[in-house]
Amino acid sequence: MNHIISVLVENKAGVLAKISGLFSRRGFNIGSLAVGPTDDEKISRITLEVNAEEHSIEQIIKQLYKLINVIKIQELDPSNIVERELVLIKVSADSKTRPEILEIVSVFRANIVDVAKKTLMIEITGNSKKVKALEDLLRPFGILELVRTGKIACTRGGKY
Amino acid sequence: MAKITGAQMIIKCLKEEGVEVIFGYPGGKVIPLYDALFDSDIRHILVRHEQGAAHAADGYARVTGKTGVCIATSGPGATNLVTGIANAHMDSIPIVAITGQVGTAQIGTDAFQEADITGIAAPVTKHNYLVKDVKELPRVIKEAFRIASTGRPGPVLIDIPVDITTDLIDENFKLDISLPGYKPTLKGNLKQVRMAAKKIAESKKPVIFAGGGVISSGASDILRKFVKIAKIPVITSLLGMGSFPENNELSLSMAGMHGTKYANLAFTEADLIIAVGVRFDDRVTGKLSEFAPEADIIHIDIDPAEIGKNVKVLIPVVGDAKIVLTDLENEYRKYIEKKGIPDRKEWLSRIKKLKEDYPLKYDRSSNKVKPAYVVEKIYELTKGDAIICTEVGQNQMWAAQFYKFTKPRTLVSSGGLGTMGFGLPAAIGAKIGRPDKTVIDIAGDGSIQMVSQELSTAVTNKINIKIMLLNNGYLGMVRQWQEFFFKKRYSQTCIYNCVDFVKLVEAYGGVGFRVKKKEEVEGAIKKALEINNLVLVDFWIDREENVYPMVAPGSPISEMLESEMLEGV
Repeated sequence: MNHIISVLVENKAGVLAKISGLFSRRGFNIGSLAVGPTDDEKISRITLEVNAEEHSIEQIIKQLYKLINVIKIQELDPSNIVERELVLIKVSADSKTRPEILEIVSVFRANIVDVAKKTLMIEITGNSKKVKALEDLLRPFGILELVRTGKIACTRGGKY
Repeated sequence: MAKITGAQMIIKCLKEEGVEVIFGYPGGKVIPLYDALFDSDIRHILVRHEQGAAHAADGYARVTGKTGVCIATSGPGATNLVTGIANAHMDSIPIVAITGQVGTAQIGTDAFQEADITGIAAPVTKHNYLVKDVKELPRVIKEAFRIASTGRPGPVLIDIPVDITTDLIDENFKLDISLPGYKPTLKGNLKQVRMAAKKIAESKKPVIFAGGGVISSGASDILRKFVKIAKIPVITSLLGMGSFPENNELSLSMAGMHGTKYANLAFTEADLIIAVGVRFDDRVTGKLSEFAPEADIIHIDIDPAEIGKNVKVLIPVVGDAKIVLTDLENEYRKYIEKKGIPDRKEWLSRIKKLKEDYPLKYDRSSNKVKPAYVVEKIYELTKGDAIICTEVGQNQMWAAQFYKFTKPRTLVSSGGLGTMGFGLPAAIGAKIGRPDKTVIDIAGDGSIQMVSQELSTAVTNKINIKIMLLNNGYLGMVRQWQEFFFKKRYSQTCIYNCVDFVKLVEAYGGVGFRVKKKEEVEGAIKKALEINNLVLVDFWIDREENVYPMVAPGSPISEMLESEMLEGV
């Protein structure tokens, strides 16, 4: 099962290495990873997506807490969060296919961020489902490159 | 304000932490640090290999309860510390390891004697630091000692580039420690403690399982007090030995692979295990799915990650063993005052019977030098008052089985990592920490050869430890497994007569003698204890003596192999 874990850490050199090292040595894979400072520049947030059993996820959270630079850990409830990832897709496009691609892009409220003779670059933000749907629709045109950020997520409402 | 160097600042900070002794080995990148140390009254013990420094700091920490300190240079010096650091990490021993590093400008260039020691040591340290500014030194050193010695103790490494040690800093410069993510829970949740007290009072067949956490938190006295009113038998892990006196009728000694059969059977029959400061290691539980099938588990530990890691826990209590046991004793007393003292006569007589039926044994009538006999004699002649260090393997198990530990911090043994070569340097550290005590290393001929150069450290520093070498010319524990499980194919385990240990210790300036006859054992131990020098007694023990009883790997702990089954003795 997929779990999204949000980890607040001290914004110091080597902290990310300690966290990723912990995952690998305890035998867990990180599905996706996003890191950046919070509104307090001394604190960073690491958002991790991990595929693991319930018991394992409990153990991994406890082990993460043992890292001195980890301040707080939250496992996010997927039914009560806004999750986003950002993807850039470079797709083959000529004068014939371009209008069709533009139409798909507009339905998804994605953006064209670069136009060239034979390619289009599309930027899409959304949850994994939406991104996957667009990706599937664009695949027949020929995806040349696809770059994605790690997933980030925030709980809805007043709980934080 | 007067300026001092980073190196001088390190020494100043170590003094402030109350450091009296450092175990170390100099090298290029720590010359400025050793130069500052030259003017200090902190004692420095020069080891002969950095691994010895880490083990000695570990041994010192185990017997004193203080934080041990070791120093090594960059690169190979630092990597040589790693085994010792990993050993301390597995057994939750507080040490601070300071390593030199190449200059900040050279880091990452594969410079001479550069190693990414913070990266290498990360999995085996509680925390580590790479200091990049001289102004960080006072804060980092303070934090390192705080982290190493509090919560679940463990090793902390501080990597210090050489230019940081020569940079100047105001003598009185200070930065507050900042550990926003580090708040160990000391006081157990009182509601949980009350639930535990009730559960214990209602239990018909409880056992206490005491581990290293009881010793490191100083909870032995309160444990004894609790047992006195609650009348519950006590099983210990290897690291928990000494937390409860083994000569008490309620002591069941050590459980597990080479534990007593009565401890293992008590686990198997118990309806409640009160586990304190243990982590249910596989050497204790045997086949996990059949471990203590009847028992509910109350688990008291300072590390929440240990609770529920290996066994299912009914009542978890996160907190310091001493504080939680104090509350538990109090709550239990209140409970039984109201509801009456539980009747456990049946269970206690069952325990007594188990102890009578399955004592530890060896062939006492044999004329050969039996290792168990040697250990029993050591116990007798030291009146159980020595600090016993062990190597790893058969020697360690014989020491654990046949020496009766009655006080905390008297057994110094590598539990989790099982590090051969731990005993000698750990004994050196232990003797420095407790010069008033007789310190004995019960050694094996395999293990001690991994660190025999430390004989020099002991002799030159007049550290008069006594090495009781149980010499069987084998890597005995592996040989035992080969005998049982690999059709006696003794692949690479025979090291018979490969060195004259008496001459070896004499070469270093110590005293050695050899014992080949049973009747010489007692006299030899007496003599060793009297001589005011390092002494090694080379006991030529019965070569193929095995450690019994034994739980075969993968078996439940209730099924123990005994000498009768395998050898007909």
